[in-house]
Amino acid sequence: MEARENLEEKYREALSNYLKDQSEQALYQGQKYSRKTIEHKISPEEIISFHKSTLMDTYDNLPPEVLHSLDFLLEVMMGYGIAYREHQNLKHLQQELKSEIEIAANVQHTLLGTDIPEVGGLEIGAVSVPAKHMNGDYYHFVQDENQCVGVAIADVIGKGIPAALCMSMIKYAMDSLPEHRHFPKSVLESLNRVVERNVDPSMFITMFYGLFDPSTSIFTYASAGHEPGFYYNAATKEFTDLTAKGLLLGVEKKTQYEQYEKHIGSGDMIVLMSDGVTECRTSEGFIERKTLIEYIEKNMHLSAQEMVNNIYKQLEKLQHFQLRDDFTLIILKRNV
Amino acid sequence: MNITIDVQDIESKAAVKVKGEIDAYTAPKLRETLFPLSEQENVQMVVDLSDVSYMDSTGLGVFVGLFKSVRAHNGEFRLVGLTERLRRLFDITGLADIIDINSNAEGGVK
Repeated sequence: MEARENLEEKYREALSNYLKDQSEQALYQGQKYSRKTIEHKISPEEIISFHKSTLMDTYDNLPPEVLHSLDFLLEVMMGYGIAYREHQNLKHLQQELKSEIEIAANVQHTLLGTDIPEVGGLEIGAVSVPAKHMNGDYYHFVQDENQCVGVAIADVIGKGIPAALCMSMIKYAMDSLPEHRHFPKSVLESLNRVVERNVDPSMFITMFYGLFDPSTSIFTYASAGHEPGFYYNAATKEFTDLTAKGLLLGVEKKTQYEQYEKHIGSGDMIVLMSDGVTECRTSEGFIERKTLIEYIEKNMHLSAQEMVNNIYKQLEKLQHFQLRDDFTLIILKRNV
Repeated sequence: MNITIDVQDIESKAAVKVKGEIDAYTAPKLRETLFPLSEQENVQMVVDLSDVSYMDSTGLGVFVGLFKSVRAHNGEFRLVGLTERLRRLFDITGLADIIDINSNAEGGVK
């Protein structure tokens, strides 16, 4: 209350100064005062009432119309003051939600975290960036006791928080698969059953699962409706689509997946991505897969991790740093 | 971010024409408009996509949902007028094998 009386006094002072000489400095005092009132939550109608009482105390014979008009203004400003306070409350609430989402994003990051395994002869690079706070893309590496490396990349249809929650379920479903059953076909078939049973009917997941066996250099893979990756043949310097047929996870309970094999020679690469990579929209249209190959070629002299980092940065720049969709890119490169 | 949805629904024959972009912003409108239609018993639903300039995976989700709902009500669901890009999206996701995307627009949508 003391602060309030003090502020009324200050208003009186500032107004008197201005009425005296209409100087810039007095105006500036008014500006400073207005910030103070916001700080102390003084409503607009209260300021008008300060104004009125200052005038009444300063001038003896004010025309009554002036005072009536101030009463009228006060009434009008009251609604404005209420709206303003409401706005402030919402702003506060929004801030709270925002920080809650940030916490959730951190939790998700920890939950879905995966380590890139060290495999002799195989370089692995991975980057995954959400368009908003939470990522609906997911990638995961597992290494079994035979040194085989499993790589999963998945994309939830749908974005934001629901998609992210759904991904956490996939991660736990994968963790609970029996150790010896990391064959791509059976991984996708069991996940399909989990998704079909547990996820909202309008939510679906695309997923690619590959398994690299260093002892034979064979890459076995299967896809559930996922954007096809590339296979780069170092001997012919050619890129081909890593096409695999298969239905999205969660559509039909009894979906069977086909499994494919590719021998990975020295210097060959496997490139995997989410559709956020090919759905990159530039001012001239979409990124064509051909363009993506050009970017890969441009960065081919680098290590797998540097490659994905650079390609991400370059594509981000093409879209003027505005991701429309979550973005995930993985490169496996055989270096012996 | 605009979408217009024209619906002609006569005796369980629902002819739908979608124009514009189908993405996370417009997909809810599409879903709300078309879902009630898909829940009619024996509905024959044809959706013309020839004027759809962009569709992301959210749109795909809407069509899969519609397809399942129509199927659950013993109806028929067809998509017509897919551009090359859209066709690719249905091919990759394996949906082209379960949803009819290959018939002609004629007889479905004027």
